[in-house]
Amino acid sequence: MQAAARAQEPVVEVSKVSTRFGEHVVHSGVDLEVRRAEIFAVIGGSGSGKSTLLRELILLQRPDSGSIRVLGADLQGLGDDEALALRQRWGVMFQHGGLFGSLTVHENVGLPLREHTGLEDPLIDEIAAWKLAMAGLEPEAGARYPSELSGGMLKRASLARALALDPELLFLDEPTAGLDPESAAGVDQLVRHLRDQFGLTIVMITHDLDLLWQVADRVAVLAEGTVQGVGSMAELARMDVPAVRKFFDGPRGRAPSKPR
Amino acid sequence: MNPLSPAPATIARPTPQELALSGSWTALGIGGVAAQLGVLAAPAGAELAVDGARIEALDTAGALILHKLLTRLRDEGIAVQLRALRPEFARLLEVVGQRAASPSPAAVAPESGLAGLGRSAAAGLEQAAALLSFVGASALALAGCVAHPARFRWRPMLFNIRAAGFDALPIVGLLSFLLGVVVAYQGADQLRQYGANIFVADLIGLSMLREFAPLIVALIVAGRSGSAYAAQIGTMSVTEEIDAMRTLGIAPLELLVLPKIFALLIALPLLTVFADVLGVFGGMIMARAQLGVGFDEFLVRFVKAVSPTAYLVGICKAPVFAVIIAVVGCFQGFRTKGGADSVGRQTTLSVVQATFLVIVADALFSIAFSALDL
Repeated sequence: MQAAARAQEPVVEVSKVSTRFGEHVVHSGVDLEVRRAEIFAVIGGSGSGKSTLLRELILLQRPDSGSIRVLGADLQGLGDDEALALRQRWGVMFQHGGLFGSLTVHENVGLPLREHTGLEDPLIDEIAAWKLAMAGLEPEAGARYPSELSGGMLKRASLARALALDPELLFLDEPTAGLDPESAAGVDQLVRHLRDQFGLTIVMITHDLDLLWQVADRVAVLAEGTVQGVGSMAELARMDVPAVRKFFDGPRGRAPSKPR
Repeated sequence: MNPLSPAPATIARPTPQELALSGSWTALGIGGVAAQLGVLAAPAGAELAVDGARIEALDTAGALILHKLLTRLRDEGIAVQLRALRPEFARLLEVVGQRAASPSPAAVAPESGLAGLGRSAAAGLEQAAALLSFVGASALALAGCVAHPARFRWRPMLFNIRAAGFDALPIVGLLSFLLGVVVAYQGADQLRQYGANIFVADLIGLSMLREFAPLIVALIVAGRSGSAYAAQIGTMSVTEEIDAMRTLGIAPLELLVLPKIFALLIALPLLTVFADVLGVFGGMIMARAQLGVGFDEFLVRFVKAVSPTAYLVGICKAPVFAVIIAVVGCFQGFRTKGGADSVGRQTTLSVVQATFLVIVADALFSIAFSALDL
């Protein structure tokens, strides 16, 4: 196929996106590009519009102006069928899991398969069990309801559901927020593993410095409605932009010289 | 067909020793071949060459069924050779194979009818015991408030009186008016046959004041406010607000339950009086239209026919219904566990149980009053 051409083309392309809620301006000209098979992180202070940007990328919200292309499709003026096809090519893991409380974890993971494929139930169950195992959950966890799971298990279950249809692109919203260091390290590993083994492109929002230093290939800093800097953490650490410096010079910032 | 949708997976067998795979072996594409794979067979000891050169796409779902096929054939003693698979697909197949050994969860055996019956009986008993202990806890909270009146929350109570009482006036008024109309209309035919037109005042007065007004008010409030109590408290317990309240040293029963009980204790009798008036008024209008009994005539007969006892009998049921509705609503709210689904279930239960208990209580009142000759 046109594999070479596809590898060149950016997976996510955001240009001149502006968003406002009434008088409040969230984005005023955001430009971003995510390449195939990279782990891309978006950071920024509270209210910097990270989550809004993510919602715009996954078709939950429309920007007021500017264009967003995901997997080669322009999100503006997308028909219902195209939107559905596109949604099946990406997976989203929400910050609080977004798992359906009335279904077991196993059923949650099988749901996209049941909805969108014509597969038999036993096969769907098998695939769901496999995805849960890949996300690092014990088979017993599958029979439980989301309300009975710990935070770390919820994240893993949510990830398993996001991966149900083998997406090419994965969006993670705060994948390690609220996790103990050990579970967070497990998520770090899982994210890297997914990219290495399946060639997934991963776009995530996070505040977790460990995750940023160890996993992210490139990081974009969002502040004052625009992207203040893009690069690997080491490159960002050398940048002299005030909004970027805040992340490194703050009391919890971590100097590039001493990554764990 | 959508241009983005892939060509489905296909499997061909050009010769008995060969399998040719092609198309998209992905979750969206393997629907057609999944069943075919299960029945694919070859004599034991045979050799089978599987050609994967024309597989265009492979994902974990496709790799999983392919892996299952290969494993099964090998277990059956067939020498399977997989060839010409793209290197990235071969790697995926290997990754899938490493984990595929993990057992899928055992199917839960369906329960026998007897076990189900026992389980629901046990759940019913547990629920009854929990309701009783909730009533006890509320009584203790009430005792605490009596001992320390300053702890009573006036503001939520007044708010609840408005929400459950004042705001319910239009619907209560309309429904009891219509009920009065219906009762008079149904009675009119029978009374006219005996020339007993004037006794419509007895019919309306006794039925509305003693039975219908308290009952219709209780049912409306159970649907309107009892459900709201369950949903409010249920949502609060899902979002950990109840736990937060406890840690801040605020007793949820004092803040959430007692004001609601007292609010209904005050609002329900007042609503009942209002329903009495509107119901009788509806009956009066029907009496004039259908039976030619004028308002003056009706009221003169009404005073003779309906004793203050009949009026008080109706009113004195209202506080009992109020307690039932508020307690059941709050109780079901506190029993919410888990998520949104549970809130809905407990809310439904609160209305069903409150309605049931109100009607049971009404029946008990009827028995008691007839024993007392009231």
